[in-house]
Amino acid sequence: MEVFKADVAIVGAGGAGLRAAIAVAEADPKLKIALISKVYPMRSHTVAAEGGAAAVTRPDDSLDHHFNDTVGGGDWLCEQDVVEYFVEHAHEEMVQMEHWGCPWSRKEDGHVNVRAFGGMKIERTWFAADKTGFHMLHTLFQTSIKYPSIKRFDEYFCSDLMVEDGRCQGVLAIQIATGEFTLIEAKAVIIATGGAGRVFRENTNGGIVTGDGMALAYRHGVPLRDMEFVQYHPTCMPRTGLLFTEACRGEGGFLLNKDGYRYLQDYGLGPPEDKPRNKFMELGPRDRLSQAFWHEQQKGRTIEGPLGSVVQLDLRHLGEAYLRERLPQIYELAEEFLGVDPAHAPIPVVPAVHYTMGGILADGKTASSLPGLYSVGECSSVGIHGANRLGSNSLTELCVFGKVAGVEAAKFAKSVSISNPGAIEKQAAAAQARALGIVNNSGGTERMAVLRTEMAKSMESGCGIYRLGTTMQETCNKIDELRQRYKKLKLEDRSKVYNTEWLLGIELGFLLDVAQSMAYSAINRKESRGSHQRIDGFEQRDDANFLKHSLAYYTGDGTPRIEYGDVKITKSKPATRAYGAAGVKADKDRKNEAANG
Amino acid sequence: MAENEKIIEIEVLRYRPEQDKEPVLQTYKVPFTDDMSVLQGLQYIKDYLDGTVSFRWSCRMAICGSCGMMIDGKPKLSCKTFLRDYYPGGLRVEALAHLPIERDLVVDATDFVTKLESIKPYIIPKEPRALEQGEYLQTPQQRDMYEQFSSCINCMLCYAACPQYGLNPKFTGPGILALMHRYNADSRDGGQAERNELGYADEGYWGCTAVGYCSEVCPKGVDPANAINQNKMNSAINYFTRFVTPGGAGK
Repeated sequence: MEVFKADVAIVGAGGAGLRAAIAVAEADPKLKIALISKVYPMRSHTVAAEGGAAAVTRPDDSLDHHFNDTVGGGDWLCEQDVVEYFVEHAHEEMVQMEHWGCPWSRKEDGHVNVRAFGGMKIERTWFAADKTGFHMLHTLFQTSIKYPSIKRFDEYFCSDLMVEDGRCQGVLAIQIATGEFTLIEAKAVIIATGGAGRVFRENTNGGIVTGDGMALAYRHGVPLRDMEFVQYHPTCMPRTGLLFTEACRGEGGFLLNKDGYRYLQDYGLGPPEDKPRNKFMELGPRDRLSQAFWHEQQKGRTIEGPLGSVVQLDLRHLGEAYLRERLPQIYELAEEFLGVDPAHAPIPVVPAVHYTMGGILADGKTASSLPGLYSVGECSSVGIHGANRLGSNSLTELCVFGKVAGVEAAKFAKSVSISNPGAIEKQAAAAQARALGIVNNSGGTERMAVLRTEMAKSMESGCGIYRLGTTMQETCNKIDELRQRYKKLKLEDRSKVYNTEWLLGIELGFLLDVAQSMAYSAINRKESRGSHQRIDGFEQRDDANFLKHSLAYYTGDGTPRIEYGDVKITKSKPATRAYGAAGVKADKDRKNEAANG
Repeated sequence: MAENEKIIEIEVLRYRPEQDKEPVLQTYKVPFTDDMSVLQGLQYIKDYLDGTVSFRWSCRMAICGSCGMMIDGKPKLSCKTFLRDYYPGGLRVEALAHLPIERDLVVDATDFVTKLESIKPYIIPKEPRALEQGEYLQTPQQRDMYEQFSSCINCMLCYAACPQYGLNPKFTGPGILALMHRYNADSRDGGQAERNELGYADEGYWGCTAVGYCSEVCPKGVDPANAINQNKMNSAINYFTRFVTPGGAGK
C-alpha cells in the first residue's frame, strides 16, 4: 500500500475543507497538507448554495442582532459563546473572500451589497447573484492553487480513519481511478465532508452528500450531536427537491396556496404587506414556513396534481429584468426543469430536506473528543445552528470555522509526532480488507437501490416535518432492520477501475449509521423545538427537561446510546420564539422587562 | 412512477479497461416520465438494470459540472437534458469527445485540471489591501467586465466541442482561456503580465481557429469564444505597440 506522510490531512474539499487548507498553509508553509476529496473540489456541494452568506455590514445592524437572530432562530439550542465568536468574525471572513476575488454583487458606489433573508432583523446577506456557493467554492479552490504545501488527492474516497494511541493519526483512501488504497498518515485530521441530506427521499442535496465524515467519526467513538434536527427548506422543486433559494422571498416573492392566498398570515407570521418585511410572512424562518405547508396540506388548501401537493412561489410582480439580474439561476431552473417562466407564472414548490443542523461534536475551536480530530462545516456541530439554522449562516460558517480548524489543526500537528507507524499500517490493512469485503461479498442477496429507497422513505415518514412517537418507532425499527440487511448487500461490479457501485455501497453504510443516529435522537426528544416538531402530546418546548443537546454514541451492531449535554447560555435566556407582529411585541416586552429589572 | 409511463431505449458506450479491448455499445430499455432527465435515466439503469455502468454526477441542477457527456453526438449536461426530447427514437450517450476515457462515461480530467492550475487562477492584487481596510471598491459595471467569465462550471463540454483541442491537446482550450480572461478583466487584479506569457503563446489565444462551437455548447452562457477574441485583439495591439513605444510596452 502506498503511504503518504502529511502533517494535516483534510477530508473533503468543499468550502470548509478548502478554507481550512488555506489556513494551515498560511499558519505555517512548512506543514504538509493532504487535501482528500471523493470528487474534484469544484464538484463539492458548497457549489449548490444559492442565496448568500451572513455578516453584519450595514450601520443599522449590530453583532447583537445577528446573535439574537441566530440564537432565537435556533430555538435556544445554540452554544452562545460560539455564536458570539461567529458573528464577530463573520465580516472579516467575507472581506477575505472579497480580497480573494469572490464576485460579490455590488452597490452603485462599489461597496458590497447585502440582501434580506428569512428570520433576519436587518439585511446582512452577502451574495453573488443567486450562485453564492458556486462563486465561493470556485474562489476558494482557485485561491488554494497558490499554496504549494497543499497536496490534493482529487477523487480519493476516504474509507476510514486511523486511530492509534488514543488519537487520530491519518486516513485510508481509495484512489477511485484505480481502486488502489493509499494510507495518509497525519498528525491531525480535519473532517469537512458536508451533510447527510441523502438519507431522506426528497432533498436539495447532491448525490455525494452521504454523511461520510459523520459516520467515520461516530464509528470511532465521537458522539454525533443534535442529529434529530434536520432542516426542511420550504421552497423546493417537486419530485426532485432542487432548491429555489430563500433569496426569492428576500427579493420579494410571495407564497400562495390554491386560492392564491398568502397563507403564512394564518400561522403567526402576519400581517401581510406588499413589500418584504424582515421576520414577517415569507421572511419568517425555514422551520415555520415548512410547517405551515404541512398544515395547508392537511386543510386541503395545497394544489394537487401530477407533481403531488404543491404551493406556489410567486415572483411575477418582480419583473423579468430584475429576476434575471438577482435570480438568474432560479430563472433558468424554473424554465428548463419545469417549463415555467417565473416572470409570467408562479413556480410550484414543496418543502424538502436541505440541511443537517447536527453533526460531529466539536468544541468552539472545532476539536472533537478524539485528540487530533477536528471537524468543520455541515458535518460538524460546532454549536451555532441549534434546532433550526438561520439561512445564510452556513456559508459564513465554512469560512469562519474553516479558518479556526486550520489554525487549530496546524497547532496540534506541530505539537505531536506519528507515534506508531507500524501499528497504523496494520490498521490500514485491516480497514482495506473491510472495504474490499463489501465488493467481494459473494453470498449477498440485497439490492442496493432497494435498501436505499426503503431507508429514505422511512426517514421521511418518521422524521419529517411533523413527528409522532409511533412512526418514529417504525423508522427506528426499519433502520435497525436495514443495517442487518446491509450485511447481505449484493454488488454486481467486481472491477477496480472507477467502480462507483462499490463506493455507493460504502456510502450506504455511512448513510444507515447516520440515519440511525437521527431516528433515535428524534424519538428520545419528548418535546417540540425548532425543526423537531411532535404532534403526539409533546407539542411544546420543554426547557425544564430538554434544553439539552442530544449526543448519539455508536454501539456497533446495536442501537445508538443517547445521552444529553448542557447548552451554553451566555446572554440570551430562552424566550418565546415569535415572528411577524407577535415578534415585534415580544421584542418590546423583552426590552421593557430588561429596563424594569 | 406516474401514470403515463413510457419506455425509451438508451444506448450507452461502455468501456471497462479491465475487460474491454475497445468501447462497445450496450442498449437498455428505461421506463420514464416527461420530467426525467438523461441523468435520471442512467440512474435507473444503475439502480435496477446494470450496476456496473459508471458515470459521474452530483448536484442534478447544472452547477457542479460533473455530468457532461455526448448525447446523440453533442456535448451536454445529462442533468438538464430530458429524455422526452429523444422519444420515441431513443438516444445514445458516450463519454465526452477529445478526452481519454477512464471507464464508461467517465473521462480523465487530468489535462483540464493541470491547465487550470497553470494559469494562476487567483487574484494577484494590483494594490495589496489589508483586511482592516475592508473590501476593494468595484462598481457593478467593473464587475460586469468579468462576471460572465467567472460563471464557468468546469464541465469541459467546450473541450469536447473544440475541434482545435481535438487535433492538438496542447492547446490551452476554451474554458481555461476564459478563466484566464476572468482574472485579467477583474479590476482588483494586476497579474495580466504574468498570465500573458501563457495566453500569448502558440497554445494560448492564437491556438483558437474561431469556430465558436465552444460558446454554443456552454450550459452557462460563458462565451469562451468572446473571451479569446478580446485577447487576440489585445495581444495584437500589444505586439505592435512594442515597436512604437520607447522601451517597449512590456509583455
